[in-house]
Amino acid sequence: MGRIFLFIYQHRDFFTFLLLEVLCVWLIIRNNEYQGAQFFNSSNRMVGSINTFSQNTRDYFALRDVNVSLSEENIRLRQALERYHQQEAQANTVQDSSLINRFDFISARVVNNSTDRYTNFITINKGKSQGIEPGMAVISSDGVVGKVRMTSQHFSVITSLLNINLRVSGLLKRTGHFGTVQWDGADAGVVGLNFIPRHVKPAVGDTIVTSGYSGVFPEGMMIGTIEEIQLPDETPFYELKVRLAQDFRKLSFVTVIRSNLLHELDSLEQQIPDMKR
Amino acid sequence: MSRLSIIHLVSFILYVLFQVLILKNAVLFHTAFCFLYIAFLLSLPVELERMWLLLIGFVLGAAVDVFYDSLGLHASATVLIAFLRNRWLAVLTPQGGYDNNAIPAVSAFGPQWFVTYSVPMVLVHHSVLFFTEAGGFDYFWDTLIKIAVSTIFTVLVMLVIEFIFPRKRL
Repeated sequence: MGRIFLFIYQHRDFFTFLLLEVLCVWLIIRNNEYQGAQFFNSSNRMVGSINTFSQNTRDYFALRDVNVSLSEENIRLRQALERYHQQEAQANTVQDSSLINRFDFISARVVNNSTDRYTNFITINKGKSQGIEPGMAVISSDGVVGKVRMTSQHFSVITSLLNINLRVSGLLKRTGHFGTVQWDGADAGVVGLNFIPRHVKPAVGDTIVTSGYSGVFPEGMMIGTIEEIQLPDETPFYELKVRLAQDFRKLSFVTVIRSNLLHELDSLEQQIPDMKR
Repeated sequence: MSRLSIIHLVSFILYVLFQVLILKNAVLFHTAFCFLYIAFLLSLPVELERMWLLLIGFVLGAAVDVFYDSLGLHASATVLIAFLRNRWLAVLTPQGGYDNNAIPAVSAFGPQWFVTYSVPMVLVHHSVLFFTEAGGFDYFWDTLIKIAVSTIFTVLVMLVIEFIFPRKRL
């Protein structure tokens, strides 16, 4: 027994090394899977405030772009509102208020953002106390941004669409076929669209929007436009490259969407055991 | 054993802040990353015990991880080079051995020695880091390019820092 302790003592460096590496691996795995509240990430308050300071500085350089995109969004919203008024004037139908209020919108500022890694995350300055919960959808004025991963009291971490582990259901708007949008880790401006079957005829420039099937994203949110079409001989599906509408490197303000009917949809679909999303 | 002083603590904080506030935003061409913070580990006194190196490496990596939202990732890579550092220094022992209180710096051993010392360390660190981040070898060539370019970038910045702030023995 004494010799074992002597052995461990003589190689204490190596055993410390092993111990620390095992700890690191455990942290990495837990960090990948564990979705609950965690202390050691950028939703931590102190880290969050340092990131806020950093983003404040960056924001000054982005002000011009932000102004332009905000004013453009303003115009689009005005037009949409106007169209809505016109429709309402024409068709005076009764609508279910819970369908009209199906989605709530919470505006937030980006305090930390990365686009260069394989697994990119975005931190925003709103959290639990503003009603944000894990699983909510995040969009910007230009398109889909990602999904809330975890929240603290005043900050939230979002899994960016530029994360090789995030899949979003996308719809080929012109033909009505849907597939899965997933990033391939290469270009921060381009994502892949998979599972569009062979018989469809997609064209370069076609618009890809969210399908709304998962209930997380509202239907018809802009994702991007098709940039490149490949149809390998043996595969049953197209390999499409989609140019993102949102430039993730210039992200400053985002909108978090709370889906009020998500629980209803989930509990309905759970009654059918085979229905997996 | 060489003593760690308050200066080390201050430079630890400076390295981490510089990494997460400035270098985090300085990614060239979407591929070249600069993880200068490991220069802190590489520049610790030659005679420092490995146990200390491992612990410092872990804390350093974990501190950077907290800001990169990747807990464990930088820590594991940094602990590995903390483990390898003193062996590599032993291999590179100049004729007549190291002086007392020697620090591995350009000012002490010249730029050529410093490059020989730092490039393999940075390469190992970046390889572990990027392959772990990619979750395996699925993106092999992309990752390999990232590693190569980032290693060059990091070592260049390390050299520049060495020349701007030549370190004397503490």
